[in-house]
This record gives sequence, structure tokens and C-alpha cells, in this order.
Amino acid sequence: MAVSNDASELKAGSGAQATAGAKFSAVFAGTMGPLIGLVLLCLALSLTTDTFLTVRNILNVLDQVTVLGIMAIGMTLVILIGGIDLSVGSVLALASMVMGFVAHPDYLNLGLPAGIAAALVVAGLCGLVSGLLVTVTKLPPFIATLAMMSVARGLANMITDGSQIVGFPDWFTSLSIIRHFGFLSVTVGLMIVLAVIFAIFLNYRATGRSLYAIGGSAEVARLSGIPVKSLTNWVYAICAVLAGLAGIVLAARLDSVQPSSGLGYELDTIAAVVIGGASLSGGVGSIGGTAIGVLIIGVLRNGLNLLGVSPFIQQVVIGVVIALAVATDTWRRRAQ
Amino acid sequence: MSTDPRHTHSPHNGLVVSGLCKSYGPVQVLADASFEVRPGEVVALLGENGAGKSTVSNIIAGSTKPDAGTITWRGNPYSPANPAAAIDAGIGMIHQELKLLPDLSVAENVYVGRLPMRGGRIDRATMNARASAQLKRLGLDVSPERKVRTLRIAAQQQVEIAKALTLNAELLIFDEPTAALGGEETELLFQQIRKLKAEGMSFIYISHRLDEIAQIADRVVVMRDGRIVARHERADIPVRTVVEQMVGRSVERMFPKVSAPGNDTLLEVENLSSPERSFQNVSFSVRAGEILGIAGLIGAGRTELVRAIAGADPISSGSVRVAGKPVHLNGPAAAIKAGVVLVPEDRKAQGVVLDQTIGENLAIGNFDHVAPNGWVFPKAVQKFAEAGIRRLGVKGRPNQAVSKLSGGNQQKVIIAKWVSRPPKVFILDEPTRGIDVGARAAIYDVIADLARSGMAVVVVSSDLEEVLGLSHRVLVLSRGRQRGILDRSEASNVAVMELATS
Repeated sequence: MAVSNDASELKAGSGAQATAGAKFSAVFAGTMGPLIGLVLLCLALSLTTDTFLTVRNILNVLDQVTVLGIMAIGMTLVILIGGIDLSVGSVLALASMVMGFVAHPDYLNLGLPAGIAAALVVAGLCGLVSGLLVTVTKLPPFIATLAMMSVARGLANMITDGSQIVGFPDWFTSLSIIRHFGFLSVTVGLMIVLAVIFAIFLNYRATGRSLYAIGGSAEVARLSGIPVKSLTNWVYAICAVLAGLAGIVLAARLDSVQPSSGLGYELDTIAAVVIGGASLSGGVGSIGGTAIGVLIIGVLRNGLNLLGVSPFIQQVVIGVVIALAVATDTWRRRAQ
Repeated sequence: MSTDPRHTHSPHNGLVVSGLCKSYGPVQVLADASFEVRPGEVVALLGENGAGKSTVSNIIAGSTKPDAGTITWRGNPYSPANPAAAIDAGIGMIHQELKLLPDLSVAENVYVGRLPMRGGRIDRATMNARASAQLKRLGLDVSPERKVRTLRIAAQQQVEIAKALTLNAELLIFDEPTAALGGEETELLFQQIRKLKAEGMSFIYISHRLDEIAQIADRVVVMRDGRIVARHERADIPVRTVVEQMVGRSVERMFPKVSAPGNDTLLEVENLSSPERSFQNVSFSVRAGEILGIAGLIGAGRTELVRAIAGADPISSGSVRVAGKPVHLNGPAAAIKAGVVLVPEDRKAQGVVLDQTIGENLAIGNFDHVAPNGWVFPKAVQKFAEAGIRRLGVKGRPNQAVSKLSGGNQQKVIIAKWVSRPPKVFILDEPTRGIDVGARAAIYDVIADLARSGMAVVVVSSDLEEVLGLSHRVLVLSRGRQRGILDRSEASNVAVMELATS
């Protein structure tokens, strides 16, 4: 097949593509629009500010998007199968509170490794419950995860009766501060490694391809022998574990955990995935696209800060970008 | 009886339909249909699935527009722009799938869109009283405040009739009204029809149950392939005569020669029943190389039966053995592993992921082949897709979106998905539905090939000609019951239809 793909082939993100160019387009399937948007955005900011295009600032952007990026990976899987997860912000808070409670000397004092493990297990359980509500109780994903959003937030508050836990060991906070090889903090590295792993998983693993089939048509997937229910449970569990991990990263960045953290993060996360070209009806999307979506949000916030635009106007701008991104995608599809 | 399609109608107060034509693209579904319904009579409209009965009634009820032809209603030209216009003119239709709002009350459903108002608010007292009176007239004693969802299907149908009556309908079209009714409920419906008839109402009555026609109809109109092929001035005509007219002799079609089946029994179904009773106590077996056709009318339980065998729907009792080994039917995956594959009825919703490529559609369900250790390599998928495309003669490339293919090629993609495994039992549900007549021959060849290669093949089809042309034996279902298995030699149109309408 020719490297000069037409739009429909790009969109399809086929595993059947063979050439190197096609492999690239498979990872960044359907992301030409967002990619162009990101490039234009960076270009504009480079011209209007002196500080945007500096190594230091770019590294700052990466640091700032770590939490969002890790959550968006999980959300990509959920949206790919035609679901939605509104609970990620609350699960992030719950997981970080569990970590603080288990690890901090003022509470159980069992050490950070135990705290981190407990946080991930609790997050995973939250996701599993959401998944079971969808697959067994047949709740719409919106409702199931809306319920989990409320439950997890409540639990997060119950652990310390609403107060925050401050002060973790230096080695933990340095995970997000010390830049190894002069540029890469452990947390940014973690985000990049996770993105690569999940990109490979979605493109080259049978299970990953099955998620696209479930999103394209759950009934076709089921009749083809794909275990739709158990994969759905797994996807919600993994999304929640990643939200928990994001909570741990946030704790390292802030040197504290609080039950009110992650408020509204679910919407940022969904926005990043959707800006990256994923379809809320399922079957379309990629980690490459999500990465671009996350960077667009990160660069936009960073750039508007550099330009001295107020945070209130930033919210307006991000809303407009979401609408624009999805609208152009819809127009392009209709044009085909 | 008159078979002259051009006999003249004397003008009267009823409905006169003349020369209606309708085509969808190249397919003509209605050709020069003419008949009349006089005041106070019940005209039965008979025909096989796809004969054009629904099209003609949809035109009269205002939901479809004809390409040509005229309708006269009570002496005036009548061409409703939409169902509301038809209702205004006094013509209503009771659909097979009832069109009620399940979470509103009985009275609200009867008066929806024209709720009685007083002082800007809904006058519930008046509404309930009027609805109640209308229901009593039909002999139905339910509270007008009850939610429709809580009523039995038969009672829901009465609500639809009550609604039509309050709209002053003079002509009611019933589409398969008794399909979901039991014997007593059917009798009640017939009593109501007779009563309303005596009051001067007319009815067009569509049904597959020929035994009902003599009871309720005054005259009979038989359709086939979009044409009216017979009109009977009385309803007590022999079932055999009607069946012969319904199936008729259509254009000779080319079916591939099927070779004699082998000796090994590959599929054994024993006393299979569904939890919803859509089929009960079905038993049959299929040998290697044999094609078993399953015939029956819509709603006879054919699709439900083959879906259950393929593990897509649960069963309540019975067993399935493949090549002698019992299959635990707890999902499609288990059935596929045991060698049972299904080409489902609804190609676009159940067969293919439209937005994905041919290659991806072929890979789904074959990851155990194309993805050793779970790794999917684009090259392997491409190769696998190319092989499938070549074997089935699909007109397309592996990286082409399936939505861009014709129906026939989409169907071939679904068959190609399974053929390489290779399966032991290949089930095809309505394999040529919505596929051009020209492309059907290619599908028939593929089906014959599957049998020749030693698979047990099961073909469900509403197209009798197709079932008879392809199958070694034909199993006939009616209302979920197995009415018989006919050998190729004894299976004729008439024999099958007689069993199917029993």
C-alpha cells in the first residue's frame, strides 16, 4: 500500500498497515488535525513570547501534564470501548489518601511502598466495581462511574475526616523534582513509559485490537468470541489504577495528599482524549492522539500563563478548543 | 374470484387503490397494485415476507409515498403527506410493533398529542372518563390511569385500537395483529372487529395465519413479488389454493449443484428450548457436507434457534453436540472453539464493524491464528486478509473500510472471517437479505463450497426458493415448534408453506 494514505485509511488506524510510514500513522491514527493544531499553537507561542521555546519551559510543561497524561491513558481505553469514566478524579483523591494513611508516621506508618501498593489496590477495586456495575448490573457507564465518583470522594474524606496529610520522605518528593540526565524526572519518565507500553498494547496486542472491536460494535465483538464483559471490567480497573498512580504522582509533586484533590480532573481528562481524536461513541482513538490532546491542553495553559492571561479566560479558551477540535473532526468525517 | 388486475371499480364510499408502484433504488417492491375496501368489510391481505403487503399498507397509512398510482377514499382523491394526515382523513394503522409510550398512562396514550385542556392545564378527569368509556366499548376493563408498560401485549393492542377509535377512524389497517396473542385474546379481537364492522368500519387485515382468514375476512387479496396475483370475493377458500398463489412460480434461479453429504454426523441438536419460548423442543442433526435449510415465517423462532446453537443467546434446556462432543453453550467463544460459527441475520449491526477495515474485521475472531502469543503484526493480518479475500472473491483490499463495500462483499467478509479456522458447523442466517439478485448466486456458490469442503451447513432464509434450491433437507418451524423435516425430494413450496402456516 502507498505511504500517501488517504484520510479514511488514516482514520481506520489499521493493524494491516505494513510500511514504516503506515506504522507511524497507525500510532497517530486520526490525529493529523490535532497534531497540526499543536504545531500551530507552539509556533504562535514561540513567536509571541520569549520564554515559551526554552528547554526549561518545555520541561515545565511536561512536568505539569504528568498527572493529566497518566489519567488520560486509562481514559483512552475506556472511551475506546465506548464507555466513559467520571470517577477518575475521585479515585485519584481516594488512592492518594489511602497512600498517606498507610505510609505516614502520624497514621499507620507502614512505609511508602506499602502505602503505594495499598493505593493502587484500592483504586483497582474502585475500577472493578465500576466495571461490574456496567457489565453485570447493566448500568450505563455514565451512571455507574457517576456513582463511583461520589462514593470514592466520600471515602477519601472519611479516611482523615477531611484533613490533609503533609510531609513525605525526600526520596519520594524528589521523584518529581530531580531531573535525571539533565531533563527527565522519574514521574515524567513514568508517564512516557506508560504511554509507550499502552500504545504498543493497543496497536500490536490481540487484546488491544479487541478493544477497538468492542468500541466499533460490542455485539460483533461478542459474536466473534471476544470476551466483551471481562475485557470491559479490566478496562475500568486499569483506568482506575492509572488514576490512582496519578494520585501518587500528584502527592510527590505537592508533598501532601488531600481528599479534595483531583476535583474536576475527569473533565480535563475526557477533554484531552476527545481533543486527541477519540470518538465518544467508541472504536476510534489512540494513545498518540491522546498524547497530543494532553500536550495541547498543557501547552495552552502554559502559554496563556506566559502571556499573562487570567485563569478565568483560560477556561473559556479551553472550552472553545474542545468544541473546535471535535467540530472539525465531525466536519471532516461528514466530508468523506 | 377475479385475477384481472384492471377490473373497474364502481365509485363508493370506501377505499379504492389503483396502480400503486414503489421502488427502492433498482428494487421494485410494489408494481401496479389495485384493490378496494368497501365500507363495513374486512379485506385480508396475504403474501409471503417481502411480497409488498407492508409497503401497500404504509402508503395507505401515510408513512410511505408511492412512485405512481392513485387512491380514492370516500369518493375523494387521497394522498396523505404523513400518518397524521391519514389519521385526519379517518385511516389508522395498528402496527405489529405497537407504537405506545410505555411510561405514560392508558388515557394519556389514547389522547397523546390532543390532551383535553382546561384553564391551561390538562383536564385529567375528562381525559380519564373519555378513555374509560372508549375502553369499555371495546370490552376492556382497565383503569385509564394505569401505566401502559404494566399491561399485557393484548391489552396494549386494545389501547391502540381505542386510540384509533377516538380519532374517528373509519378504516383500520392491522399488521399481523395476532402474532403476539393467544387463542382467547385473538377471539376477543375478532369479536371487536365484527362489532366495529357492524358499525360500518372497514379493515385491512394482514396476517400469515391462513386459518384465521376464513374466520374474520370477507374478501382476500393475495400478493406476490410486489404484485397482486389474486382476488377472492369470499374468504373460505382452500388454504392450499392460497398458498399456491402466494408462492407462485417465480423466475427460475440458478442454484449450484450440491454434492451428496458424507456419513459423519457433525451437528446434533436435542430438545433445545429457549427461556423466552421463542423455540421449544427442537431436535435435528446435520451430517458433514450436508446443507440443512430452516424455513418458517417471521417470528417462527428460526433466528433465535440458530443464535442459541452458536452460543449467542442462552438456552433453557436441551443439548448440542458437535462431532459427538457436547458443547457447553455459555457464549459465542465456546461455540466457536467447538467449531460452530454464525453469519448473523443483521449484517451491519452484528456481522461487521463498519468503520474498520476488511483486515481488522477478519482479524477479530481469529486472533488465535493471526496473533501467535497475542502479538498482532500488521503484516500477518494483511496476509491473512489477502488469503480470505482471494478465497471468497471479495472485491476489496485489506485496508479498505468495510462500510465502502457492497452488501454481498460485506457478507463475503463475514464468511471469510470464519472459513479458515476451519469450522465444523457453518450457520448462515438470511445470507442474502438485502443483497442484489445478481450477487446472490456468488453467495450460493460459497455456501455449496462450504458443504463440499466437509462442513455441516445450516441456512436460515425467508426466501423459500433459496431454502429449497440449496438444501438437502428442510426443517420447518412455526410459532417456535418444529413442524417437520422434509427431504429434498418431498420439499416443495406448497409443502413447506403448509407446515409453516400451521
